[in-house]
Amino acid sequence: MATVGTQIGNLRAEFPALHQTVNGRPLAYLDTAASAQRPLQVIEAVSEYEKTTHANVHRGVHSLSQRATDLFEEARALIAAFLNAESEREIVFTKGCTEAINLVAHSWGRQNLQEGDRILLSTMEHHANIVPWQIVAAETGATVEPIPITDDGDIDLLAYQDMLDRRVKFVGCVHVSNAIGTINPVEKIVAMAKEIGATTLVDGAQGCPHGLADVREIGADFYTVSGHKMYAPTGVGCLYGRYEILKSMSPYQTGGNMIRTVSFSGSTFADPPDRFEPGTPNISGFIGLGAAVRFLNQVGFESIVRHERGLTNLVISMLADIEGVSIIGKPAHRSSTISFTMNGVHPHDIGTVLDSEGVAIRAGHHCCMPLMERLGLPATARASFGLYSNLEDVEALIRGVKKVREVFA
Amino acid sequence: MNDLLRELYQEIILDHNKSPRNRGTVEHPTCEAHGHNPLCGDQVHLGLRVSDGKIEDIKFEGQGCAISVASASLMTEAVVGKSVEEALVLSDEFQSMVTGKDLDKHFSDELEALAGVREFPARVKCATLAWHALEEALQGKDGCQNA
Repeated sequence: MATVGTQIGNLRAEFPALHQTVNGRPLAYLDTAASAQRPLQVIEAVSEYEKTTHANVHRGVHSLSQRATDLFEEARALIAAFLNAESEREIVFTKGCTEAINLVAHSWGRQNLQEGDRILLSTMEHHANIVPWQIVAAETGATVEPIPITDDGDIDLLAYQDMLDRRVKFVGCVHVSNAIGTINPVEKIVAMAKEIGATTLVDGAQGCPHGLADVREIGADFYTVSGHKMYAPTGVGCLYGRYEILKSMSPYQTGGNMIRTVSFSGSTFADPPDRFEPGTPNISGFIGLGAAVRFLNQVGFESIVRHERGLTNLVISMLADIEGVSIIGKPAHRSSTISFTMNGVHPHDIGTVLDSEGVAIRAGHHCCMPLMERLGLPATARASFGLYSNLEDVEALIRGVKKVREVFA
Repeated sequence: MNDLLRELYQEIILDHNKSPRNRGTVEHPTCEAHGHNPLCGDQVHLGLRVSDGKIEDIKFEGQGCAISVASASLMTEAVVGKSVEEALVLSDEFQSMVTGKDLDKHFSDELEALAGVREFPARVKCATLAWHALEEALQGKDGCQNA
């Protein structure tokens, strides 16, 4: 236990937002799965760009615009390498996972789905990977069906196997559950879908911060990335798409930058990724995303994962020792996101009492209402740990949970 | 416990959360309404029997945090026996209290127990959920005037 939290604990100095008191207590930020705090490297890269380099990208002949474009495209190369994509052309910059999934649903979905086609999505999907498919299904006559999960919170692979037939045209699955922390065997899920010729998308929002995002190993046609879950600014992310499939897709949103020629008799479109990037992007945000990738590469996922795993195991065993606390889900593999409930206490009240102790957690349905329904819970309390979390955070959480018990004795 | 937290989770609140009053269904309701906070999933379903402009019976069902359950429970006790107009005025005053718009108005001890919510902006909606449902039930198109 002594080694837990000390391995990369020095990194906390790099995260200014962690060094403050909240309600008179040192902040224990355990809401990293909702949005991670940013390291100085990211904050300074964004600030430096704003102070010295800003101009529009892909537009100007002037030097500043060229420098901005270089930095922007460097970020694309960094994230492409981070995902182990074959080429930068496979990286479409988006606002985040939500926009990336909407892009796929509205472009690929509308083009390829028809009456009688089946769309399979795991029961533990975030609403962002359910609602776009419902909209497209309603338009095309396809159906959306949930892939069942087990009581432990794993995808039921046998039930999934039984669902697969030639009418299944699309399978979507979250890499790591944002609600209960399950790490899904996405390589296997994708391989099974491929056998029947279905197109696949893996929602990687929670996979990227834990070093799991290797698109060639996973083999999915699409993989989505959210910047702010991986220590980058909000409002930036990307869609990885196999180049062949991106090339076959029609534009989603349209405007400047995504065209080849425009005349009032008609327009032609640029190749991917430009085809899917109309308008001026959040340039500084993407430069921040590039800086976050550099930061993660420097720290190294081996030590990040070891650190997070140590804390997670400790928290689970300490929470389980407190009377009336239940850990939700017992998946075969889990990330550093832990959902729990307490007998007779609603998760919101847990959240408010913990906040009074400076402990920031999430309480609610985590944008996973079908999962909550499956688990028979209206909501859970969720503590999520990142590379900067430490033993003090764990102690603050446990102290806070014991206090919840006192208040609601 | 710090003072703000003690203000929020007063004995009355904890008691009404543990043993909610008027939980269940009204026989022959004349009006009903459903309150739902999509952000957190809290739900309350209200049933009322209104006769001659007076709330004869009111009950609630639903699930939620201690604040929303206690608030629903306290609300039913506060408005039963009152006229529709009185209940709507009380609802207005209660909402002014928990949003901090009116710091001078005083209520019964029970309702005043919820005043601590105004220090917790994220929780104000929990306290007002049942009252919003009450307004909807009393002012709804198929409302109580027809009863």
